[in-house]
Amino acid sequence: MLKHRLVACLTLKERIIVQSIGFEKYLPIGRPEITIEFLNNWGIDEIVVLDIDATRESRLVDIELVQRISKKCFVPLTVGGGITTVEEMKELIRQGADKICINTSAIQNPPLIREASHVLGSQCVVVSLDVKKNGRGEYEIFTHSGKKATGINPRDFAQKAEALGAGEIFITSITRDGSKQGYDLELIKEISRAVSIPVVACGGVGNPSHFVEAIRESTVSAVAAGNYFHFTEHSPMITKAFISKCPDAKIRFDTYADYRHFSFMNEKMTHRIDKKEDQYLKDTRFKYHPKEVI
Amino acid sequence: MEEEQNKNSTKDTKKHDILVIDYHVGNHRSVLNALSLLGYHYKVSSEKEEIAKAPAYILPGVGAFSEAMTNLQNLGIIDTLKEQILNHKKPILGICLGMQVLAESSTENGFHKGLGIIKGSVMRIDSHKDIKIPHVGWNNLSIHQKDPLFTRTDEEAHFYFDHSYHIACDHSIISATCTHGSEITAAIQSDNIFGVQFHPEKSQKNGLLLLRGFFNYIKQRESKNA
Repeated sequence: MLKHRLVACLTLKERIIVQSIGFEKYLPIGRPEITIEFLNNWGIDEIVVLDIDATRESRLVDIELVQRISKKCFVPLTVGGGITTVEEMKELIRQGADKICINTSAIQNPPLIREASHVLGSQCVVVSLDVKKNGRGEYEIFTHSGKKATGINPRDFAQKAEALGAGEIFITSITRDGSKQGYDLELIKEISRAVSIPVVACGGVGNPSHFVEAIRESTVSAVAAGNYFHFTEHSPMITKAFISKCPDAKIRFDTYADYRHFSFMNEKMTHRIDKKEDQYLKDTRFKYHPKEVI
Repeated sequence: MEEEQNKNSTKDTKKHDILVIDYHVGNHRSVLNALSLLGYHYKVSSEKEEIAKAPAYILPGVGAFSEAMTNLQNLGIIDTLKEQILNHKKPILGICLGMQVLAESSTENGFHKGLGIIKGSVMRIDSHKDIKIPHVGWNNLSIHQKDPLFTRTDEEAHFYFDHSYHIACDHSIISATCTHGSEITAAIQSDNIFGVQFHPEKSQKNGLLLLRGFFNYIKQRESKNA
């Protein structure tokens, strides 16, 4: 059975990973290789790396950097940022990307989606849409890292992208980005209903129950978060243990460490793991853990 | 063409010199990263001479079927490759599109002929209500033939799939299947020919274990022949 994917969406600014808040404010995290190595070992299902300056600076995401991070990444790696031609996509895939994410160029030049899916196969082409409500209270797509209004309705464009051969839709709510308020459920429900290709929801996760909400209330195939995964050791594994308590969620557990036998706090809705009893912790200290052999 | 050697390789692994065939649609970098991590010695090429010399092959692939076949034709390596695999019985592992091109034909974007190394044809996954195509994500397998690829694979192991088409072929050569609406061919095996629809290089430790299994098979074969 196909599982729901837990995706880490890493935003890259000036070659370092940052946390993004409302597409406006940024907090530095550190070198991309290190973030990716940790997330990879901690059982993340997929990693998306987006260079958010590339389009505005009319350049391509740093290929040498993609090559470097792909050495640490043994889960699927989607790369986006300033991609405008199929040739650039081919080069990125040659250097270690598995999927290509296009945003501004897909909206300015929709035939690119068809061309890309013919050459690379549609499974490789992810169309990313950054959405917020406009003055009239309707959803609208924004390009250039959320700076430019387009007047395009995201549902219409998602359907158009599917018809042109896109393999996945990656939908981000600009207003929820970095807000810790949870996904824009209305938006992701509308988009995932409108298309028959997989939809990845992103923007707004503050605690693991937000992932559960999205899985329970919409038909998204994958749930993504960026800021949420930083600063917490084993964050993907702990999150998966929490999500798996929801009967609708189908989660992959292939990691060496497992948190499924932990309980979670309900206090202030943070859903951190509960501390185990003192005796359990004492016993763990003397337990022998053999090294994982591949 | 491009030739790379893994600097980490030790004397012991040097013997297992595998050729990763680069036909310009592959994500061969990901495969090379996995081989480096496991400590194997590899070469990347699409030259006839290198193909004739190499003891075993990995045929990676991300892309569209027709583009892959056109590239193989333009490189002029089809006959050499077929001879080495069918007559000299050299082991080959096709990954994703690399497995699909081994089949006789495909219906992706029109009818196209494949390499015809295995009997079978590539067709679109049946779409049902609530079943999203492409089949993207982690799926568990039901394994029919454990040796040599799945020797150390857990019952509950997951692998990463990303495809809209799959091979329809005889059950006797299917070594693993998975379910996504209908049954999908996940892995094939016929003597020295192996193919996996998922991406072992992107399936975390389970994928690396599978690649290890393939290399152990090559090693065993070599010691038998020696």
